Formats: sequence, C-alpha cells, structure tokens
Amino acid sequence: MTGKARSHIVQDEPLVFEISAPGKRGCQLPPLDVPAVDAAEVLGAANVRREIEGFPELSEVEVVRHFTRLSTWNYAIDLGMYPLGSCTMKYNPRANEAAASVEGLLWAHPYQPEETVQGCLEIMARLERALAEITGMDAVSLQPAAGAHGELSGILLIRALLASRGNPRRKILIPDSAHGTNPATAAIAGYEVENIRSNERGMIDIEAFPSLVTEDVAALMITNPNTLGVFEVNIARIAEILHSKGALLYMDGANMNALVGITRPGDAGVDVLHLNLHKTFSTPHGGGGPGSGPVAVKKELEPFLPKPRLKQVNGQWRWDYDRPQSIGRVRAFYGNFGVLVRALAYIMACGPEGLRAATVDAVLNSNYVRKKLEPYYDLPHKEPSMHECVFSDRRQARHGVRTMDIAKRLIDYGFHPYTVAFPLIVPGALMIEPTESESLRELDLFIEAMIAIAREAEENPELVRTAPHTTRTSRVDEVTAARKPILRWRPER
Amino acid sequence: MYPEDFKYTREHEWVKVEGDVGVVGITFYAQQALGDIVYVDLPKVGTRVEQGKPLGSVESVKAVSDIYAPVSGEVIEVNEALVEKPELLNRDPHGAAWLAKIRLNSPEELNNLLDAAQYQALVAEES
Amino acid sequence: MRFLPKSDAERRQMLEALGLESVEELFAQIPPELRLGRPLALEPGRSEFEVLEFMRACGRQNKTGLPCFLGAGAYYHYRPVVVETLASRGEFLTAYTPYQAEISQGLLTAIFEFQTMICQLTGMDVANASMYDGSTAMAEAALMARRITGREHVVVAASVHPEYREVLRTYAHNQAIRIREAPYDPESGAVNVRAAASLLDDNTAALIIQSPNFFGVVEPLGELAEAAHAAGALLIHAFSEAVSLGLLAPCEQADIVAGELQSFALPPSYGGPYAGVIATREKFVRQLPGRLVGQTTDTRGNRAFCLTLATREQHIRREKATSNICTNQALVALMATIFMTAYGKQGLRELAEQNLAKAHYLAARLPLRFRGPFFNEFVVRCEAQPPEAINRALAGRNIIGGLPLGRFYPELSDCMLLCVTEMIRREDMDRVAEVFQPGGAA
Repeated sequence: MTGKARSHIVQDEPLVFEISAPGKRGCQLPPLDVPAVDAAEVLGAANVRREIEGFPELSEVEVVRHFTRLSTWNYAIDLGMYPLGSCTMKYNPRANEAAASVEGLLWAHPYQPEETVQGCLEIMARLERALAEITGMDAVSLQPAAGAHGELSGILLIRALLASRGNPRRKILIPDSAHGTNPATAAIAGYEVENIRSNERGMIDIEAFPSLVTEDVAALMITNPNTLGVFEVNIARIAEILHSKGALLYMDGANMNALVGITRPGDAGVDVLHLNLHKTFSTPHGGGGPGSGPVAVKKELEPFLPKPRLKQVNGQWRWDYDRPQSIGRVRAFYGNFGVLVRALAYIMACGPEGLRAATVDAVLNSNYVRKKLEPYYDLPHKEPSMHECVFSDRRQARHGVRTMDIAKRLIDYGFHPYTVAFPLIVPGALMIEPTESESLRELDLFIEAMIAIAREAEENPELVRTAPHTTRTSRVDEVTAARKPILRWRPER
Repeated sequence: MYPEDFKYTREHEWVKVEGDVGVVGITFYAQQALGDIVYVDLPKVGTRVEQGKPLGSVESVKAVSDIYAPVSGEVIEVNEALVEKPELLNRDPHGAAWLAKIRLNSPEELNNLLDAAQYQALVAEES
Repeated sequence: MRFLPKSDAERRQMLEALGLESVEELFAQIPPELRLGRPLALEPGRSEFEVLEFMRACGRQNKTGLPCFLGAGAYYHYRPVVVETLASRGEFLTAYTPYQAEISQGLLTAIFEFQTMICQLTGMDVANASMYDGSTAMAEAALMARRITGREHVVVAASVHPEYREVLRTYAHNQAIRIREAPYDPESGAVNVRAAASLLDDNTAALIIQSPNFFGVVEPLGELAEAAHAAGALLIHAFSEAVSLGLLAPCEQADIVAGELQSFALPPSYGGPYAGVIATREKFVRQLPGRLVGQTTDTRGNRAFCLTLATREQHIRREKATSNICTNQALVALMATIFMTAYGKQGLRELAEQNLAKAHYLAARLPLRFRGPFFNEFVVRCEAQPPEAINRALAGRNIIGGLPLGRFYPELSDCMLLCVTEMIRREDMDRVAEVFQPGGAA
C-alpha cells in the first residue's frame, strides 16, 4: 500500500459503438400529436440523409452503465487534492449546482422579452457589481466564455481605446513566465509579441523596464502573482511607467485567488483584467470547461466593452445595444449564464470574511507545503510565495528522475500530479498549488508522498520513472498518438 | 559523430554541399534535444529561403522548433519520406533524414557557418 | 466558513511550522499602500438555504415553464434524465482538463466518442473536442480557412445568425479580414447562389453558409460549395440547430463544419453555457483549433486515449498557435455525447422528424414569408398587427411567442421567426394560429 491509495476493481468498458445493436434505444418520444410529414416531400429528397452510419444504439441501462464505468477512470476534486499550479482546483460547492439548476433560470430563453427575465438580469447585475468591488475596477462584462476569451476581449478593448486616441500601436510586452494564452491572444488581436525576461527574482526588472516601453507598445500583459507564485511588488510603479508613455497595463487574473480581500488590482493601476470564474470563484472545471472569463476595466475603457450592456430603466433591467464605441460581440447572447449563477452563489455564501479567509488559507497552505518540501526539492526562486510554489527537479534529475516522473508517481500515492514543466523559466518545474480546500491531514499526506518519492528517486529511480503502477491505464504512448493520429472510431473492416 | 564534410549552424542545422546544391538537415544533437519527433513541416518546392530565416519546423509531442535555413537559395527538393516517417529524424539525422535540397544563391555564405570541430565544441559547451 | 477545512488550532500549528505569529505576515511582501485595509463591500456570507432561496426567487421573477416558440440559436428540447444524472457525477464535474491520461481515461474516452459521433453526423473526417459556442466556432473556422488558403477575406451569407456574424466581425476586425455579405433571396429566404458567387474572388478564403439558416430555411449547400470551390475558396457550413443533423443530409463538399450543440441536451439557460464544435477534412487537421483526443496504447499494450497534436495549441506554440483557446466546453460536450447515445441512431432521426412535422403543422396555418424548404423554424408575416402586438396577445394566453425580426433585419420588421420543437403540443399551436387570425390578437 502506498500513501492514501489502495487498489480496487474497476470495470472495463468498450466504446459505445462496440456495444451497439440495431434497434436498441435509450430514449422514447411521446406519440406525435400532428400528422407525420414526408421529409423528402417537404425538404426535397436530396436534402434528406440516409441513416447515420455507425451511430450508437443502446438501451437506457447500458447508457447509464457505460458512462458510470467511464467516470470511475477519472480522478477528480471530489476524490482528493489536485495540486495543479496555476489551475486553482478548489472545492466546487454542490449548492452552486443546485442554484444553477433552478428551473426558472435553466429554462429562460435568451430572446425572451427583458421584462420576463428580470431574475436572470438581476443575477448578472449583482455579479458585475461584486466582481468590480473585489477587483477594484469600474465596470465588468460577463460575456467572455473563458479566461482566454476574456483576455482576447481585454486586448481588443485596449486596442479600441488606443485607436480612439489615434494610434492602436503595434506591440504587446509579455514576461517570459506568462501563460501561453497571453502571447496567443495578443497575436489573434493583431499585435506583435515582445517577450521580456524576468530577473533573477522571477519578477519584471524595474530598472530595465522603462526602456522597453517605446511608442510602439500598447500594453504589458502581466500575471500577478506571477506563475512562480510571486507578487510583483513593483506593480504600481510598472503601471505608472506604462501610463506615462500612453500604454496600458493588462492583468491576467488567473491567480486572483491569491489576492481577493487582501489587495485589489484596480488600486495598483491595472487598466484591464480578466477573471477565471472556474478558478477563483469555485465553478467546476468539468474536465475542461465550461468556464467563464469576465473582463473588468477602468472607467475610460467602459464605452468599448462588448455589447449589449446592462442598464437600469425605471427600476427594470434592460439590455443596451446602443454602444457605438463597443468592440462588438465576442460571442452570441450574454455569457455562460449558468456559470455566472454558480459564481454569484459562491460569493454570496462566502461574503467578505469568507472570501478573505479563503485567500489566507490558500497562501498558508502553499507556504506550508513549500516549507516542508524545501529540504527535499530544489527551490530555484526564494522570494516569498503566495498561493503556489515552484520547485525544480534538479536534485532528482541526477538520478535520471524528471519532474514528469515524480508527477506520475504521485498518482500511485492517491494524488493528482502538480503542474509539470511550467513556468518555462524554471527548467524541470514542479508547480504546486494546494488551494484553500485542503485539510491539514490531506496536506500532510501529500507532503509525505512527495518526501517518499524523493527517497525513491535516489534508491529506486526505475520505480519512479515507470510510474504510475497502480492505475488501470499505465503510461500512454503519446508519440505514436501524434505520429499516426487516430481521432475517431471506425468499424473494423 | 559530426561528419567532417558538413557545415553547421549555431541553431543545430547542417548543410552538405554537392555542386551548387546544399543538402540540409538537423544535427544529431538537435534531434536528441527534441526527443521523439512526431511531425515535420517542410517548405514547398520552389520557395526561396534566406540564410538564418525559418525554413520549416519539427515537432515533438510537447515542443515545436523552427528550422533555420543554413544557406540562401531556392528549395528544389524536399524529403517526402519524413511526412510519413518523422521518426527517421531520430534514427538517421545526418543521412536518410535530410530535410531539403537548396540551390545555393551565394556560396560565400558557407563561410559564416561552423566546421565539424567548431560545432563539436559548441555542442560540448551547451550540454 | 463551511468550505474551509481547517480549525483555528490547525492554522496556528501551521503558522508555528512556518515560524510566523499571524497570517498577516504571509502577505508582508505586498506594499502596505496596496493593501485593501478594509473588508470588501459585499453582503455578509449566507447559509446554503439563504443562497438557494435567493436564486429561486430570481427564478420566479422570470417567466418560464410556458409553451415557447422562440428558437434563433437556442432551442427547447427535452433532456433525458440520464444526461444530468451522469454528467453531474463528481468524477466528470470536478475533474481538470485530461492532461494526465492515466487518471483521465473516463473523459478522454467520452470525448473520443464525441468526436466520432460529430464526424458521423457531419460527414467530416475529424472533429475537435469542442469550442465555446456556435458563434465563436464559426469565427474560428473563418480564421482556419484563412490559414489553409493563405487568402485574406471571407464572404458570409446574410442569412447566417446575426449575432454569429457580429462575432465574426469582432474576430476579423483586427486581422484585416474583410467580410462581405451575400444577400438572401427575398422569395426563398435562401442565399442567392449567383449573388454569392459574384462576391467570391481570388483573395476569398471561405464562403460561410448556415443551414438551416437563421430563417430556418435549408440552404442549397451543394451549389454553394461548387461556387466556392470554383473560386478556390473553402465552404464553411455553420449550424445552430443540431437536431437538424438527424434528418438533413450532410454536405459532402463542405470543407469545414462549425456549429452549436445546445440542442443536444442543454437547456437554454439564458444563453449559456452551450458548446460549439468544428469538424473538417483530415488534410486540414493541423489548422484545426482546440483540443483533440487521439487513440493510442499504454505500456501494457491496452487501448488508451490522450490529448494529441497539442503543438497546434497556445500552451506550446504561444504567439504562433492556431487559436488562443484553452478551456473549452468539455462537460457540455460530455452531455451532448450522453444525449446522442441515449437517443441513438433511430431516436435522433425520430426526434428530427417530430420537429419537422410539428413545425409544418403550424406553418400550414400561418402566412409564411419565404418559400424555401425549412426544418423547425420559419418566418411568418404579421399582416393584421405588428409582431410585438401578437406576442403581447400570446403572453396574455400564457404563451411565449416568436422573435420579431425588425431588430436584425429592418426589411422584415413586419415578420417574426417561430420555432416549433417536440416540446410544443398541438393545442398550443392551434392557439397561436388563432391569434394570427384577423382580430385574433384582440
């Protein structure tokens, strides 16, 4: 037995296509209460398809068993700690799910007359206000569907503001520690990317910075705390330098969970910021979405926000489409409403004290893990940690054990791996973010596991290099998957 | 390890001159650093390339690396075998896994490149 | 705070281990002038009961649970109970993106099934693991066409969902992509093929057509594809009503299919979350944005799945990535997978046939604006009274009417778009037809 994990039976299960049989079905429609029509007659024979070749045919019980069996092959927050740095895998309160499943919210159509959806609009208005207060910004748009989408909206806002001043400028500065979405976003928004080097403390070099901010620079995209978990202590000075040269400060709010209730980006001079509701505000990741990426701005950027905007007229909420300076829509309708309901439910449940307490516990947990693991793993940057800490595999690499191996071995101990090999500025990075959701017992088990693996790396490196050993699926051949992509099932011939 | 009759770049490409044509590839060190190569993006025949500018790219599962042209000229042939079998780059980087043939514009550019001994020293320094 | 699993004694114990006196010292590096120094101005924390009471009260402020004839990109379809039951399992709901394949096979397998079913429905070779929604999928498909063709501009049909076109404009605006709109034929409601063809030139990357289009009309995709290909452009087939795929023939000549899957198991939820998807030909897979799941084996030789071709994506290629998309709509794609599996081959067709039959039942009783063949939506001319008056009259009868079109198409300000799905009963359609009678709205 290893750590908190023991083996148990999991069931094998073929793909749905492989257990289909003609004529079976898992869903029954009520009888048709109008005359049937001949599809070929009303649509034209050429427009009507033949049967959907290969489509599954299963009974209801088989559908339930199939997806239940699949679910048992997944790790999840509900099972245990998920120390993924930068991803903020915190507990997802089930009450949020209940809130989003309220029938009156679930079945509201986006084109219903506004007077018949005042409940939805009230929820959105409240969430906008709460996020503005939490971030210290003036206005919030809830339209973007995820973090990277919020980034795109934010950079388009900056472009629109600068264009209205006469010149959108050419370049966006991005530190080398940034998430990959930052440069990808800048490029999609039509900007060139200039990567800037972090100094030896893992921060922006404030001495060198002013010379980088030329007339061509539209904005700096900064993550604070950065991906090393370090607070950019010079953030207010950075904002001043940018502003003095007519450029703006964009903040990636992916790590906002380290700041809530303690400090507000808006007060430090940030002009635009996006949030990940599926990180800081506890909405479930769902295996990679749906997320939500609200974008928050200072007053001067407000006219450019995606349209429509909420406004109150005679005590009723209305959508305002008359926004001549808006960057336009970034998606159809108004945002991932169901995710917004969950985030508001979380903020209401926590209140100001609870939100701050969550930040404090997140930072406490990360510092505790750092302290306990420092004797065993190399800590390349010694600056104080906020919500996450970053080690490197330097010591273990001497025995041929790399960060990915340690990560995979953690699985055998009953944990999800930490974030592997990111940020890029730390070779062989182990990026650990416990979040506030872990009890002292779970943290200690994690620490024990990490220490045990450090020992194994010295004494039995092969054991670590070939991990995981206890999972239903062992290490997968990603090389063949990429060389000879098989991206869909096909019947055997 | 590194053939004497090749010239090398600091970005780990090689070129072997045959008459007015340069055969171009990536070095043993480059493929080793990349790990298992899963995809090769080759230039189109007829493309004009410039020394030091991107010629194509190679991909491992989790990384993409640009390949820079060691010489300027016109691409007259590419190694189609790599499209089906990118793993050749790991097996025989200095031989069967050549990437492209370039008709040289300015042979004097070869003087900007490293010889085998210099390249060997560069690799020793980097690793 | 009920979400925080530590006692005060445990916090003290941890602080002691760190050699700290108080938690405030954890934030010592933040300059004092940047610290908030006051509680956030939010209402005090509330119990679960109180939070849910508030949300239920908001729900009651909405008018829902009535027969509703709105469609236009968000459709009322029945959601089998098993969809919610299975997708809300914590192992799916609270998992991260499946980068660690060994402990993510459940979701990876389901997404592989999803990709396969989308291919079966659309007739394409490959499909991605989802996009944010139909509108962004269509915009990303346009950018994809530009990368494939190396051409600059796109032509989009005026019969494409107006909000999808707005999103396309936002995406295109900063990339110097010119967008031209191909008019719809005022008689048929379908794109005028000749007019569309005349807008295509040697710098056109794609012709974008939605079918069934915003008016519910089935477009002549084959002819439009021929026109696009004759100009060296790609044809992008967009869709917003996925149930139509159960009955309508996929366009064999399409190069990219981009659409919205809300109809597969997602309640309208006031506009989101939904899920988009892009499917395409195998030869274009390297230009496809978004995550992809591929089949491989593990070290024991067993079939396994993993995320693959990741070098297209932002976390590796950074500013040269195909898209900046990171998080997609995995859980919604899972719901769609369960929905498609539960309905199955026959069920999905029958569902589509019921939609067709019901829509044609009501349409036969109303003055149609367009002649083109339609699926489950159609445009009606409001002859006796304006659309808004008809909707008010319907509201008085506890029915949510259609979408007045003047807001999007000024030339159609006397028209409304009606949608009929399997959720609508015959009696409700009869009541709608009555209101359209002269004097019926009184």
